[in-house]
Amino acid sequence: MSRAMKRTMTAAAALLAPLPSFAAALEGQAVKQPLNATAILMFLAFVALTLGITYWAARRTQSRADFYTAGGGITGFQNGLAIAGDYMSAASFLGISALVFGSGFDGLIYSIGFLVGWPVIMFLIAERLRNLGKFTFADVASYRLDQRSIRKLAAAGTLITVAFYLIAQMVGAGQLIKLLFGLDYNVAVVLVGVLMIVYVTFGGMLATTWVQIIKAMLLLGGASFMAFMVMRHVGFSVEDLFEQAVAVHKDGVAIMAPGKLVKDPVSAISLGLALMFGTAGLPHILMRFFTVKNAAEARKSVFYATGFIGYFYILTFIIGFGAIVLVGTNTFYLDGTSPAGGLRGGSNMAAIHLAHAVGGDVFLGFISAVAFATILAVVAGLTLSGATAVSNDLYAHVFKRGKADEQDEIRVSKYATVALGILAIVLGIVFEKQNVAFMVGLAFAIAASANFPILLLSMVWRGLTTRGAVIGGSLGLLSAVTLTVLGPAVWVKVLGHATPIFPYDAPALFSMSIAFAGCWIGSVTDRSARARIEKSRYIEQLVRAETGYGATGASSH
Amino acid sequence: MSNENPTHDGAPPADEVAVAPEIRRILESPAFAELRTRRRRFAALLTVLMLAIYYGFIVAIAFAPGWLATPISGVITLGIPLGLGVIVAAIVLTGVYVRRANGEFDRLTATAIRSALS
Repeated sequence: MSRAMKRTMTAAAALLAPLPSFAAALEGQAVKQPLNATAILMFLAFVALTLGITYWAARRTQSRADFYTAGGGITGFQNGLAIAGDYMSAASFLGISALVFGSGFDGLIYSIGFLVGWPVIMFLIAERLRNLGKFTFADVASYRLDQRSIRKLAAAGTLITVAFYLIAQMVGAGQLIKLLFGLDYNVAVVLVGVLMIVYVTFGGMLATTWVQIIKAMLLLGGASFMAFMVMRHVGFSVEDLFEQAVAVHKDGVAIMAPGKLVKDPVSAISLGLALMFGTAGLPHILMRFFTVKNAAEARKSVFYATGFIGYFYILTFIIGFGAIVLVGTNTFYLDGTSPAGGLRGGSNMAAIHLAHAVGGDVFLGFISAVAFATILAVVAGLTLSGATAVSNDLYAHVFKRGKADEQDEIRVSKYATVALGILAIVLGIVFEKQNVAFMVGLAFAIAASANFPILLLSMVWRGLTTRGAVIGGSLGLLSAVTLTVLGPAVWVKVLGHATPIFPYDAPALFSMSIAFAGCWIGSVTDRSARARIEKSRYIEQLVRAETGYGATGASSH
Repeated sequence: MSNENPTHDGAPPADEVAVAPEIRRILESPAFAELRTRRRRFAALLTVLMLAIYYGFIVAIAFAPGWLATPISGVITLGIPLGLGVIVAAIVLTGVYVRRANGEFDRLTATAIRSALS
């Protein structure tokens, strides 16, 4: 047995417990491993490369537009890769392949939910968003509405979404790095926080985008290699792969059909809504649409992103089944001490073990380094969108009423990045031993219930007024958080009560309905003079949304 | 409302967009009307299609899991091609939209803007 392998193998606890009904589960404690030299060397190479890019990007990042949106000079293809990078987190790579390893078909159901938001973004949002906005989605939502009220609301929605997403990523990062690299949890969290601050403050959106692109290529490349090796093992016969998996899996033929993931129709539909429309309300994703020069490039970005993400989910499906055949049957990867005979290091190690099974120690180190890089890139994107909400929405438009000095605003954005980075480190350490499995789900629910309704309605419904948007958006935010806290994921699993007050894990079906109803009632009962002006400005907004006439283009360098 | 001030604070849209005559001309151009109708219809059709495909799949899982478990070839069940089909459909539908939008719709847009500026 190789040394590198032994180190990884002896991990005792699950990094991510078997996925519950929602999102990236980040439960359980990982046991610190001895230092893994191969993985660390490869990770250092990644860090050196990305710091080089940050240095290059910093020299090209002077204006506000450079900092927030890389001057609008990213191509559709590059942006598609970067979006895919934002979306393919380490938790989805390890979590979905683990779900396929554990229950087969259910993993496919789960990944499909994460993909179907993209066509909806394309058909309903992408081009209007690009034509109307400049730096944040609040630019669009507040286009004809009251700047200060809407931006306060949008910034709250952005920061809360980013905070929950960030905590989940930081805790996941700490656990994963402890497990794969043998670094101390706190060291890992601080390392991620500091690197992310460096990328964002010095390199802005340009560096963040390229870090994202490189990471996406490494992850897609690594996953493709694993899927290829799995298919080679079964003689490139899909049928053989499934047959061998069914033959050795403890659930036998049951892994080829829906299992326990979907409990009841209400949960299934509610989860589907959260994933579909939450994707269309994630601030760090929406911000990516302003990095390309026009609507045509924005559409291309969505197409490439959908293609890469869909391809990635198909790979995780093959990887999960490959792990059943190659990892699940090899006692080398199994935890002999546990009665259930699960994987060493926990169920979420399926893809990591498979990396060793098909590519040996070096490839194991490579995949570990890619997982680390993935977390780093995702937190950088999240932090940049949070910092932009602080500097562009709150500082420049709410505090300075649209009259902020450009250099001051950039400075505020950098301070906000540092503050968010430190906050992420602190929260990552505070939540180390907490069950944060519900947080990604909550982030999606808030994005779907607070951000998405006001963004969509402001663009397509003439009747939306500031009053309606503020009432609907606030109610959506409040109900998504309240129902999540009262639901099984927090009330039972975190707070330890016996039965949940709200029976479903995913609140989106209810909180989205409340948000849309609030927007509607608040708007139609709004008889103010301001409401009349806002409705009359819809025509001008419509022309710009549909044609891009007057939209901000790429800035020249 | 926390803010009683009905004026807009001079954010990008208010002072960057040249309002009035040419906006009016774009609005009234036949190409713009054509663009809106065609695009709305196409986007609505594709959205409904995507929702139907995805929720059809979810409803099948919730109410007819046995049907999805029907073997079609060896151990492969009907659910496998259908599930992978949803992924492929999502990619294909976005591709179909981009193709038409970046071609036909963008040409109409250019015509609408040109007619308004001449």
